[in-house]
Amino acid sequence: MSSETYHEPLELLSEETRNMHRAIVSLKEELEAVDWYQQRAEACSDEELRGVLVHNKNEEIEHAMMNLEWIRRHNEVFDANIKTYIGSKGPILAVEAAQTASESSGAGAAGEGKSAPGPGVGLGIGSLKEKK
Amino acid sequence: MDLLKRKHAPLTDEAWKQVDDEARRVLKLNLAGRRLVDFSGPHGWKLGAVNTGRLTRSGEGPVAGVPSSVRVVQPLVEMRAPFTMKIAELDDAARGADDLDLDPVIAVAERVARAEDTAIFHGYKAGQIEGIVGASPHKPIDVTGILEWPRAIVAGIETLRAAGMNGPYALALGVQAFDELDADSEDGYPLRKRIEESVPVASLVWAPAVRGGAVLMSTRGGDYELTVGQDLAVGYAVHDRTEVELYLTESFAFRVLEEKAAVFLRRAGAPAKKRAGGRS
Repeated sequence: MSSETYHEPLELLSEETRNMHRAIVSLKEELEAVDWYQQRAEACSDEELRGVLVHNKNEEIEHAMMNLEWIRRHNEVFDANIKTYIGSKGPILAVEAAQTASESSGAGAAGEGKSAPGPGVGLGIGSLKEKK
Repeated sequence: MDLLKRKHAPLTDEAWKQVDDEARRVLKLNLAGRRLVDFSGPHGWKLGAVNTGRLTRSGEGPVAGVPSSVRVVQPLVEMRAPFTMKIAELDDAARGADDLDLDPVIAVAERVARAEDTAIFHGYKAGQIEGIVGASPHKPIDVTGILEWPRAIVAGIETLRAAGMNGPYALALGVQAFDELDADSEDGYPLRKRIEESVPVASLVWAPAVRGGAVLMSTRGGDYELTVGQDLAVGYAVHDRTEVELYLTESFAFRVLEEKAAVFLRRAGAPAKKRAGGRS
């Protein structure tokens, strides 16, 4: 088994969920490695070795981002949140507050900026039928 | 790439917000069909057709002895209505101006709402949309005078009930019908109030796209479905030194799943309803 971290019987999990699990576990491993290399490099007393460790750490960051991009392409919620927060400016909590206000007004992110929040949402009009 | 190409437009975020907000306000005011029919979506630009689960009649296949059928799908219609705005006017939004001249946005939003609702109520042949009125098998109920509206509505409800179509019911009123119910009175009492109190119509909806009368329909669900790919959105087309051309767009399909769930109340003397759709 490639992972010992499944929390449910394998036969109950779809291939989609298994692949997402693989990607998330890989992302965790890459970020853990970044943390390890960061600490080792800082504690290391040999300059050349420190250089190698920093290089390795940066490689792991690249790997982590490749993993994250796969996850983004396969999960709409990751995709929407990455678009909201990654590359945003100003206090991060203010970005969340603006996003929440936009959603509650029915505007959708497309009303606040230049990119749509998800497939096809546009002005966020949707159904106008009263809920029963 | 984002098909709306908004990031290429010479508009500040503040200008985009005012344009979007105004378009949203006018659309919500004018769209009637979305208040009455089931809604599916938005599914994004990539949705090109809705699966109907149907096949055309079997015929000879590419090779003799292999009979074949073709799946029937409901294609999505893509609407794109352009409008032009002054860049200098839009730039003032970033300076704090909150009174931009948004008349072009209002006009295009009204036009697009009318287009969507016309397709829903009266059909759109090129888009293979039959429309609620054209699909109804019930004989239209004539409304010969203003005071005849309550009787016609009751008759319409009986027609739907007799066909097994339970409520709640709603009445989508064209401009003339709405004005008549709103303004005229019987013994000094507004007709609209009398109707709301005496007949089990859940709601009266202003539906300017309805021509020649009103549509009485069940809103119980499962009878009519509006499927949206890209929901209504403002996109960017082109600009020069002084003006920018934007557009209001959407992609959608409309299907009548239960033809008997609506009856047309035809206002005699009103302009004849023009049936744009047709059974395909």
